[in-house]
Amino acid sequence: MTAAIELRDTSRAFGSVVALDRVSFSIAPGEFFALLGPSGSGKTTCLRLIAGFDRPDEGRILLEGEDVTDVPPYDRNVNTVFQDYALFPHMNVAENVAYGLRVRGVAAAERRRRAIEMLGLVRLDDFAERRPNQLSGGQKQRVALARALINQPKVLLLDEPLGALDLKLREEMQAELKGLQQRLGITFVFVTHDQGEALSMADRVAVFSRGRIEQLDTPRALYTRPRTAFVAGFVGSANVVTRDVAGRLTGRHAPFAIRPEMIEIRSADAPLPDGLLGAEGTLEDVLYHGASSRCHVRVDADTVLAVARIESAAAAPLPPRGSRVRLAWRPGDAVMLEAD
Amino acid sequence: MLRAASTFLHGRNAFYVSLLLLPPLLWLGTVYLASLFVLLAQSFYAIDEFTARVVPELTLSTYRQLFTQPANVDIVVRTVLMAIAVTIACGIVAFPVANYMARYAGPKMKAFFYVGVMLPMWTSYLVKVYAWRLMLAKEGIVSWFFGSLGLMPVLDHALSLPVVGGPSLASSYLGMFVVFVYMWLPFMILPLAAALERVPGSLLQASADLGARPGQTFRNVVLPLALPGLAAGSIFTFSLTLGDYIIPSIVGAPGYFIGMMVYQQQGTAGNLPLAAAFSVVPIVLIALYLTLARRLGAFDAL
Repeated sequence: MTAAIELRDTSRAFGSVVALDRVSFSIAPGEFFALLGPSGSGKTTCLRLIAGFDRPDEGRILLEGEDVTDVPPYDRNVNTVFQDYALFPHMNVAENVAYGLRVRGVAAAERRRRAIEMLGLVRLDDFAERRPNQLSGGQKQRVALARALINQPKVLLLDEPLGALDLKLREEMQAELKGLQQRLGITFVFVTHDQGEALSMADRVAVFSRGRIEQLDTPRALYTRPRTAFVAGFVGSANVVTRDVAGRLTGRHAPFAIRPEMIEIRSADAPLPDGLLGAEGTLEDVLYHGASSRCHVRVDADTVLAVARIESAAAAPLPPRGSRVRLAWRPGDAVMLEAD
Repeated sequence: MLRAASTFLHGRNAFYVSLLLLPPLLWLGTVYLASLFVLLAQSFYAIDEFTARVVPELTLSTYRQLFTQPANVDIVVRTVLMAIAVTIACGIVAFPVANYMARYAGPKMKAFFYVGVMLPMWTSYLVKVYAWRLMLAKEGIVSWFFGSLGLMPVLDHALSLPVVGGPSLASSYLGMFVVFVYMWLPFMILPLAAALERVPGSLLQASADLGARPGQTFRNVVLPLALPGLAAGSIFTFSLTLGDYIIPSIVGAPGYFIGMMVYQQQGTAGNLPLAAAFSVVPIVLIALYLTLARRLGAFDAL
């Protein structure tokens, strides 16, 4: 099967800053694909190259097997939902949505009909005559979505589309985007710095760091089997234990990652059960999150492990701050990392 | 003392604002608007032809004089046509410059352009006009330049055109037009660059992304969003050309312009009502232009 999008050894530098360093990957048709990484990691550069707003210094970009590296954005069958929505302020909502048809020479009545139909898809058909500045953030977002979808693109690119929304709206839009993608069956490529968003929506996630892909995997694999310390720390904020500290704690000189929820916290005088690995430390502080608490335990001069504890009624009370505690985890829950 | 004053003003917003606005409002009201009103009122008086005194009785005879004497009508038409031509030319020349300044220039280049655009305004206006007269003269640098490029026939042909041509650039409407465009160009570039700078780059990308070719993006997105700047700039170039009396009296053909007429009527001729009537023409034209621009939606994007 031909990949919907393929990048081959793509590089892009801005002056002396290498934004993208020989990146290759391919995205299957109909896939929900996330580009995840901190700011400056190259994920947005990658999206801009796919959209055609920028050209790579080296490497090729293919859409459905066709080399589009030198094709301008207006001749590519991809559409973009911009981070700031980029709605045209001098047009009303219907005109904004119909813009893609207008520049292709579709007659006014026909494009209006299809724009209203598209607005129905995002449940905004009553807002056709509004101006963009009369809409809320979530509504603007849906208009931008309808506008990008009206040309029936093979690929929809989304640049941090939920970044400007508040938490509740963000969760609603996540579900809505996911549903829309399943209904339309088109490829979604989604840029985000929010690992929760990437994990909950994407079929596969490419984790970017310093212009390279650290790991490309399904959300579950990324979470349970991070390959590098960066991925372990960035996705789900696992505890990353460096080689030397690991040696002191477990006797094995290999860096590993352990999720906060996989660590059990006990009082220091309770014995370590057979088969478990453990470390002793000082309970530094406890952050109460309602359903769970997060404890920070200093086990070494410069290593603090985070421990997540479910706050059920049965949970034993925590020892006071500053007291000695024992941490315990099953060896199988620790994930060995590639050495840096 | 200061503390007591600020404590007193705190929470008395209306009082505070009116205190701040009072001096400028007084200035605007008395010195500017009132004198303008007195001037306009003058245009409804007429001069007694025998005694050459202004008769303080309301009459439309001065306006009748303005609009029925062919010489006066010629002056109005000539001035308005020149103002329209200068405004269009300024818009066409300024757009690429402003667009480059707003969108493509790096910080250094942008500073260079802003200084470069404003630098001519630091020089005396009269010096520039006289310099242009020398440059446009028959043996001046402009005709030398045309000659050394072998383009003399082009210049000769342009000067042989009826109405706009003449014996030399310095004594033709064509030359006057060039000087007007040069003089008012910064007033078009600056508001246009400011308007273009407010257009986010993502809008242009969104347009291209949706399939618009560069020309379509320009027509559908850049131009409509630049209209407020274009309107502001054109009000400058249009009204400055309508009111100017120095350029037409130093460069160009001998025909009169509104500004020269105002100058002459209130000075040597002593016909203040006719001078006032002439100066009402630009005011009415600008008002009409603004109304039209508003109707066309030039300010919708503001």
